Amino acid sequence: MAAWLNRWLRRIPVWLVWLLGLIPLALLIADTLTGGLGVEPVRDIEHRLGRTALYFLVASLAVTPLLRLTRVNLIRYRRALGLLCFTYAVLHLLAWVSMDMAFLWAQMSRDLIKRPYLFFGMAGFAILLALAVTSNNRAIRYMGMGWRRLHQLIYVAAPLVVLHWIWALKTFPVIPAIWMGVILGLLLVRLATRRPVMKKANERIV
Amino acid sequence: LTGRPSQLSTDEKPNTLEQITNYNNFYEFGTGKEDPARHAGALTTDPWSVEIGGMVDRPGQYGVEDLAPDNALEQRIYRLRCVEGWSMVIPWIGVTLASVLDRVGVQSGAKYVEFRTLLRPEEMHGQRYPLLTWPYIEGLRLDEATHPLTILATGLYDEVLPNQNGAPIRLVVPWKYGFKSIKSIVRIILTDQQPASTWQRMQPREYGFYANVNPQVDHPRWSQATERRIGAGLFGGRQETLMFNGYGDQVAQLYAGMDLAKDY
Repeated sequence: MAAWLNRWLRRIPVWLVWLLGLIPLALLIADTLTGGLGVEPVRDIEHRLGRTALYFLVASLAVTPLLRLTRVNLIRYRRALGLLCFTYAVLHLLAWVSMDMAFLWAQMSRDLIKRPYLFFGMAGFAILLALAVTSNNRAIRYMGMGWRRLHQLIYVAAPLVVLHWIWALKTFPVIPAIWMGVILGLLLVRLATRRPVMKKANERIV
Repeated sequence: LTGRPSQLSTDEKPNTLEQITNYNNFYEFGTGKEDPARHAGALTTDPWSVEIGGMVDRPGQYGVEDLAPDNALEQRIYRLRCVEGWSMVIPWIGVTLASVLDRVGVQSGAKYVEFRTLLRPEEMHGQRYPLLTWPYIEGLRLDEATHPLTILATGLYDEVLPNQNGAPIRLVVPWKYGFKSIKSIVRIILTDQQPASTWQRMQPREYGFYANVNPQVDHPRWSQATERRIGAGLFGGRQETLMFNGYGDQVAQLYAGMDLAKDY
């Protein structure tokens, strides 16, 4: 089953993942232009971009656990998923700076230090930025084992961005808490299935 | 519904009825801003009565018509500033709370007014979840309650107050953050004890009893220095938040000598 699925998956080009991944952006732009966003479009734009970034972050985190548990191999698409996450995170940040905060740099920089939700978000973004600029083949070759360690920081960034979400809300929110559970679950799968399954997967698939 | 124009109205341009009725915080109908517009239709507002009690001469059950008779209605165009950092301009129709309190006769020992929202989970589906401690409670000091700016609203533009905005009767205190302006009121009690309001009980560090709009006292988790006006457009920017939401000339003396960073 997994082998059959993997044969199928190999035929999907990476650019198709990019194309599909940009559909949420196209829908958001369409909604913005047609007035489909309701009476406070700025908040909707900001929140939809942020949520979409999180979805791609979780998708990229799920690649290895999926391989270890089911031997379905999506490794080839992981870089695209990660970069899609980064793309939406950049747009989310730009929407905040331009539309929401209207370039009030003084207030933004004051708030960044004082407000945990902004600090969490910015720390998460800084990690995503570091991972994005080192996501090319040259960096992977050049950095060796250091690359691996650097990219494990995604397990710090993921909970940070969910904390960023939770801290911005007034009451205890159910949906972000569920996403936090999903992220911690994916991390646990990774820890629980550490070496032996990895070896097996290597033998059979790679 | 019509109300006499008032000197106390702002001349700023009001938000549209569509904006005012589709962007609401009314957790009794869900935490999303569009939830009240979607779900508040289920609320029955007729018959309705407001229990007025505590330290008053004429306690009892009052109908909305008794409290806000048509011939007493005024239009009050007020700024509304939400604690979340957004604002609107809203043309309310209503009567001063002072006129209602006069009617029932406040006794001399009374110092505070406590308000309560309807508790009816069958029609207010948010109340089936412990989002807040239900029913919603708010309170004012007596001098705040009898201030000429403080009204009980029963209309919006020239319409009967829509359910999502707190039908059939709600409080409006324009110099305080929006959550003080309690909606769908069923009980008003005069007391000598400071009421414990819902948000204050939930997160006392973040929400105080007074909740006066104050750009110098931030919410612990976000700044209150500026606000976004709903309807300003994608690049409408932010505007400076004014002390007491711009009503300082009228209300600042209520807080003379108080440390507003402590009594937030």
